[in-house]
Amino acid sequence: MLQRKWMALSVALACSTALDQARAATAYVSNEKGNTISVVDLDKMETVATVPVGERPRGITLSHDKKLLYICTSDADHIEVLDLESLEVIRTLPSGPDPELFVLSRDGSTLYIANEDNNFVTVLDLTQGVVATEIPVGVEPEGMAISPDNKVLINTSETTNMAHFINTETLEIFDNVLVDSRPRYAEFTPDGKEVWVSSEIGGTVSVIDAGSREILKKIGFEIQGVRADTIQPVGVRITPDGKTAFVALGPANRVAVIDVASREVQDYLLVGQRVWQLDFTPDAKLLLSTNGESNDISVIDVAERKVIKSIPVGELPWGVAIR
Amino acid sequence: MLILAPDGSVVVAAEGDPLHVPIVYLGEAVPEPLPLSLVEPVATDKGIAGAKLAIGDNNTTGQFLKQEFELIEKIVPEGGDLKTAAAGLSDAGQTLIVADLAAPRLRELANLPEMRNAIILNIRAEDDELRTSECKPNVFHVIPSRAMKADALGQWLVRKQWMRWVLIYGVNEPDKAFAEAIRRAAKRYRAEIVEERAYEFKAGSRRTDTGEQQVREQMTLLTQRLPEHDVLIVADESEVFGDYLPYRNWDARPVVGTSGLVPTSWHRSQEQWGGTQLQRRFTRASNRWMLERDYAAWEAVRTIGEAVTRTSSGDPAALRDYIISDSFELAAFKGKPLTFRKWDQQLRQPILLATPLMLVSVSPQEEFLHQRTPLDSLGHDEPDSTCRLNQ
Repeated sequence: MLQRKWMALSVALACSTALDQARAATAYVSNEKGNTISVVDLDKMETVATVPVGERPRGITLSHDKKLLYICTSDADHIEVLDLESLEVIRTLPSGPDPELFVLSRDGSTLYIANEDNNFVTVLDLTQGVVATEIPVGVEPEGMAISPDNKVLINTSETTNMAHFINTETLEIFDNVLVDSRPRYAEFTPDGKEVWVSSEIGGTVSVIDAGSREILKKIGFEIQGVRADTIQPVGVRITPDGKTAFVALGPANRVAVIDVASREVQDYLLVGQRVWQLDFTPDAKLLLSTNGESNDISVIDVAERKVIKSIPVGELPWGVAIR
Repeated sequence: MLILAPDGSVVVAAEGDPLHVPIVYLGEAVPEPLPLSLVEPVATDKGIAGAKLAIGDNNTTGQFLKQEFELIEKIVPEGGDLKTAAAGLSDAGQTLIVADLAAPRLRELANLPEMRNAIILNIRAEDDELRTSECKPNVFHVIPSRAMKADALGQWLVRKQWMRWVLIYGVNEPDKAFAEAIRRAAKRYRAEIVEERAYEFKAGSRRTDTGEQQVREQMTLLTQRLPEHDVLIVADESEVFGDYLPYRNWDARPVVGTSGLVPTSWHRSQEQWGGTQLQRRFTRASNRWMLERDYAAWEAVRTIGEAVTRTSSGDPAALRDYIISDSFELAAFKGKPLTFRKWDQQLRQPILLATPLMLVSVSPQEEFLHQRTPLDSLGHDEPDSTCRLNQ
């Protein structure tokens, strides 16, 4: 009896610590149809502000000092810069047509932007605010990732079905890896040794050796009672310790939990409808998923692997970034 | 070619000549019915424009794999000699063929000995017989059959519980064939066709000075004193009268079928699953919106492209094996991988239901299940077909 009390107490302690550390974290969610950014206070677990931005905001990312939010406003054909203090758009940057996703260089000076409409990755010099160059890639570029040492840029092209490996110094493609249909998202493991690429229509995640560019494994998914063709992997996030990967499975309404070392799926977490993208709180204790069809985000306790809360946001939530 | 990787190592790119893959777009110069509405632009490059876009897509991918795709346009005159054309193509080793041909000419082409080892991708003939009794190993059907479209519409009507149908059809063969597909759907979904009427007037000119009054009277007459019904289904592929029916019919009932709410494999309002990108790329290249046959041609050329990418081969036999294998999947902006049915080589695909300016739904509807894939709830399933290809 005493022992059980102790256990309950320690579980309660562990939970409150997890939540304490996530405190003061703020999530920003792009609402594709609402043309807004929802500001979510993760202490109160509620949306505290809704900021109007340009048309069809999708990919979003924070500046390294976490003072700015870069927003791909796809139908406005540019990048907007939201000041997170004043919650006002303070700058508009050129991006090439239909920017969907982008990645910030490790030094914060360059944005690499996938132009879904014209088969280019646009390299945007943030200090000058001008397009430095465009890199020709496959049809419908989308996923973007940068290696921890900043030397390799990955772009995935949805109709070409490849992950393009780009040298960030020469800005040229040095290798291409064919993956399953409609690759949407790329993510490096924290050690930079592997690139994980999700294929939405193929229904798999390809684990690519960053050095040899060999596919080490294609991870498939199977969920009892869920039709195989609704399992459509999109957003991928890997914990900072490099141990666990989370994959958003689109209309399957699940987030898969994968052991990075064995590349085996360990669990499926039920979230909202048509889950797109994921992000961790800075302490990596919580993971948020954007659920496009149900207009909410799910809050996942990373250690417990449990969905602990749903928070309503704007119309068709798509991207998420947390500071 | 040597390329520098960021770690200083040198990557050797594929050496040697690129793989050259010619794809033939084979059509016949036959006049087609013009859209009844003057507002609807007349496309003179229907089909081929989609093939051109897909060749560009194939080549963008091909540049990374040393594969080059070439589109060869071959249009025979009306009633022209397909045999000579086929012999020429076969001699030149050009046997990957996108066929923009009506059913009789498609049959003729597929039966030619020169085409025995070809891959013929049908982007035009929707005739159900080609999928139920006349299947050919060298023919793949990219365009959906009429039965697939009628089922797509039928599932939506069942979902709405609009179960009493009136069927009005034109007198041309394609109109009658679509009417037959609607009858089949009614039987499958236990809807009741409460009355059928044929519209027997001849096609008139699109443009008249005072046509509105006459049309109004004709449509009212055509639809008066019908039994109680929920929807009016029109079968007018020939564009003779269908678009005249909405709002002029006697009873206040919606019009569906070939006008009003239409089942189609592509529509300009389709923006889901990345569809916007395809629409934009097409519009930029062709200065008009993408029509169903353009989309079918795009799918056909991409089918070849996907098979060449995955097999690194341009050999029709190798490509055929891949296309019909379980590994093949085509991403085509429908939110699902598209595959070919093994028994009749029909491309499985969701069917859009759209009004002129808006997507309404996509079939199969969620409630319609199937042991293989819900996509097989559309059209003739294996037991309904006598075809047993690839067994």
